[in-house]
Amino acid sequence: MNTIFKPDTFRNDFTFANSPAAIKRFPFPFCEDTYTYSLDMEPHVAGPAGSVYEYPIDIDDHYVSDMADRAHVLKDDPLRCQAFPHMMTAQWDLLELLMTSMARAYPHQFTLHRNGDQWHWINKTLGIDDKFRFGDISTLSYEPMEYIARQCQGDFTLLDQRDNNLWLDGGIATSQADWSLDFSLGMNFMEWHGAEPVAHDTGVSDHALNSLLNVQQNSPVRRLNWTMTLNPRLDNSPENYDIWGRDRATVTPANVGDKVHLRVELQAVWRLPRSNALVISTRTYFLKMRELLTQPNWARRFPRVLKSLPAELVDAKGITRYRDVTLDWLNPYDDGQATPTGCLFK
Amino acid sequence: MTTHNSRLVHVAQVQQVAREIKRFELVSLDETPLPAFSAGAHVTVTMRDRDHVWRNPYSLMGSPLDAKRYEISVLRVPQSRGGSAYMHRNVGIGSVLEISAPVNQFPLSNVGRKHIMIAGGIGITPFLAMLAQIKQDKRNFELHYAVRSVFDGAYFDVLRAADLPNVHLYRSDRGERIALPGILASQPLGTHLYVCGPQKMMDWALQTARREGWPDESVHCERFSAQPSGKTANVKLARSGKAIYVGEHQSILGTFSSDGVDAPSLCGDGQLLHNDHTLSVNEKLTGERATTCATRLDGGSLTLDL
Amino acid sequence: MLVSGNKSRPIYRGLEPDTFAKHNIIVTDGDGCAAVIEMAIAAGDAFSKRCTVLLCTKDLSDHERDESVRALGPATVWFFPTLETLLTRLDGMLRTARMGTRLYASGSEPLIGSTVKTALAHGIDHRSVSTEHRGSNKRRVQCVHCKGMTEDVTSTAVRCAHCGHTLLVHDQYSRRLAAYMGVRADAEVLGETPASIGVFQ
Repeated sequence: MNTIFKPDTFRNDFTFANSPAAIKRFPFPFCEDTYTYSLDMEPHVAGPAGSVYEYPIDIDDHYVSDMADRAHVLKDDPLRCQAFPHMMTAQWDLLELLMTSMARAYPHQFTLHRNGDQWHWINKTLGIDDKFRFGDISTLSYEPMEYIARQCQGDFTLLDQRDNNLWLDGGIATSQADWSLDFSLGMNFMEWHGAEPVAHDTGVSDHALNSLLNVQQNSPVRRLNWTMTLNPRLDNSPENYDIWGRDRATVTPANVGDKVHLRVELQAVWRLPRSNALVISTRTYFLKMRELLTQPNWARRFPRVLKSLPAELVDAKGITRYRDVTLDWLNPYDDGQATPTGCLFK
Repeated sequence: MTTHNSRLVHVAQVQQVAREIKRFELVSLDETPLPAFSAGAHVTVTMRDRDHVWRNPYSLMGSPLDAKRYEISVLRVPQSRGGSAYMHRNVGIGSVLEISAPVNQFPLSNVGRKHIMIAGGIGITPFLAMLAQIKQDKRNFELHYAVRSVFDGAYFDVLRAADLPNVHLYRSDRGERIALPGILASQPLGTHLYVCGPQKMMDWALQTARREGWPDESVHCERFSAQPSGKTANVKLARSGKAIYVGEHQSILGTFSSDGVDAPSLCGDGQLLHNDHTLSVNEKLTGERATTCATRLDGGSLTLDL
Repeated sequence: MLVSGNKSRPIYRGLEPDTFAKHNIIVTDGDGCAAVIEMAIAAGDAFSKRCTVLLCTKDLSDHERDESVRALGPATVWFFPTLETLLTRLDGMLRTARMGTRLYASGSEPLIGSTVKTALAHGIDHRSVSTEHRGSNKRRVQCVHCKGMTEDVTSTAVRCAHCGHTLLVHDQYSRRLAAYMGVRADAEVLGETPASIGVFQ
């Protein structure tokens, strides 16, 4: 199987678009017609062939352009990739997790040969062929997390587990929905999620923390998170808010279909064996409102969810300025018919 | 049958390492390596007799740098009809055991500047894995290991022969005692204390640390010797509506796994005998959280949100 | 963007003496000193004898300073003209300190935050530091864009002392940086900046 990689951009001219096949596999996150808040996790087990759940780490046809965008962000702002010194073992754990997952799932693109601690990694797509000694940072061109994350889609955060809490002690974030790695480094789980208005009132973050503390080796879990983004811009960091924030005042009925995007994060959590740390991979998928219309049940359900979103979440998600214009644009496509119960994607 | 996250292993070696302690070496049934683990982790071993299932947690004591084999040590608890007696009586070279994935509830603090380890008796086992890890990472440490006698203390001779500069050994049959106040008084900031051994020793160490002005955040305990039994009790699971009978020698988690209940974390309102030290004193008093692997019940019934 | 209630804000539980501690290092300022005096009186002379108080005298008259020293009884008191000079001394003290040393901070948030940050660098868990907020609500603010720190912020919006942009001061707090996050007020619509309100007096 040879994947054709799309040369799309996630900045400037924003040529990103989904192929019909990519729309079909988009992880549409709403299982009901009204908004419900949940941090519930489900086992991260293999899903149907072709779905975003088919493999533990999903590599798609935007791989090359995604990695180019990451390189661009890191060049502009090296603070997007940071880890405390005590997270070095976790970094190696992460490198192992990603390399073994990618090589197993996509053998035509990635190959890993291991002979004791002598490792040989080949990334055919990006033209990388490196031999290194596992555990010896002097044999890699970057620290392990940055080395492998420059070759793997998705942001990664490393959480140290101490005293019944999780501490955000490392990570790489170049495609984040409005949170700052540099600012959040060293926070515990509750502090890190402190900005979410609903989480604390309902006790869901306590529950979420407990579930994460108990994630075991070989039993990763996952959830879908969503927000909205203007233009398919991966880098929605607070650092660059003065760049992407401008877009919020530019939505008109004429450009909703191409400019307004549903932004879905597939968050998967693994227990890392040597460090006892957790890693959260946050993989972002975009869907244009125009693309949403191609799936009639999504076109029915999404405006209904958007309408039911509590005011404080409209604010927290930053969609205050353009929710109504988006709803006005979407409403004609909701014919009022009932939607099937449960999730609407495979 | 194995549960979703357990595996079968072969017993490759059994060795009597002290009067009541046997060491078991576990290897993979096939060529696939055993999962890597972190120092301080344990596996839960499932033992099945004709009409009994036991699930006992045992610390992985081998080097985390070498996951080709797992090593555990099992103290036979007197008057026990439980798993430790089964391990001593029925498990030998070639036996097949079911083990869980490694779980670490007694990790080394990654932010600690120095690590003081206090071990009593069978409580030495997690520290043996930590020693290997600490030496690899070139971290500062001291190990203080007390045994009743050379016949009772596992690996005492091994440690004595190794003659490591920061390892200190004590025999109580010779009146040797760990001079903890003095040890605690001279440590640099950022030092963490770890204690694993009999209940009395842990109480003494915790109290001594507090008297020496150590903050609670720098002190970590794991009770390792056989836990006191509770009374028999019924546990109700609120969400699934299941009811489970907990025998006096069983922990709640042990019964969950045999009844096919996946128990990640728990909220209870019963009178819990907390046999672990991962919960803060406050959490124990309020009964808000219970670690099921160690918790036994003081009779009656308990409802859990599962 | 709204400035909302946020769980990353530190909780100051109030000074609490560890009467077992071998040595107590107490960081405080003019306003915070009252809380230190209350603790010292409640815990007694045996405790006070084992205390070293690092007092930032920036906002104190000589008379107020001398009164504070008298009230602190047998504790050793050192004066520092600024928080910066105080922290340099604290850093030096912690370098050679042993376990059994307990750390306390009482006063403004920047003072407490800086103390905790210094403690972290010496392997002290932040929860081991006993803290009490007294006096001004002024904040240290980090501009999330240029990463520059603006000191003694009493209002939002505020001008970044480095890049000059107008920042909204958020409730998101970073222990590592000992600062609140400042985000450009006119990021969405250029020139649309709210009036500055003195909410952190």
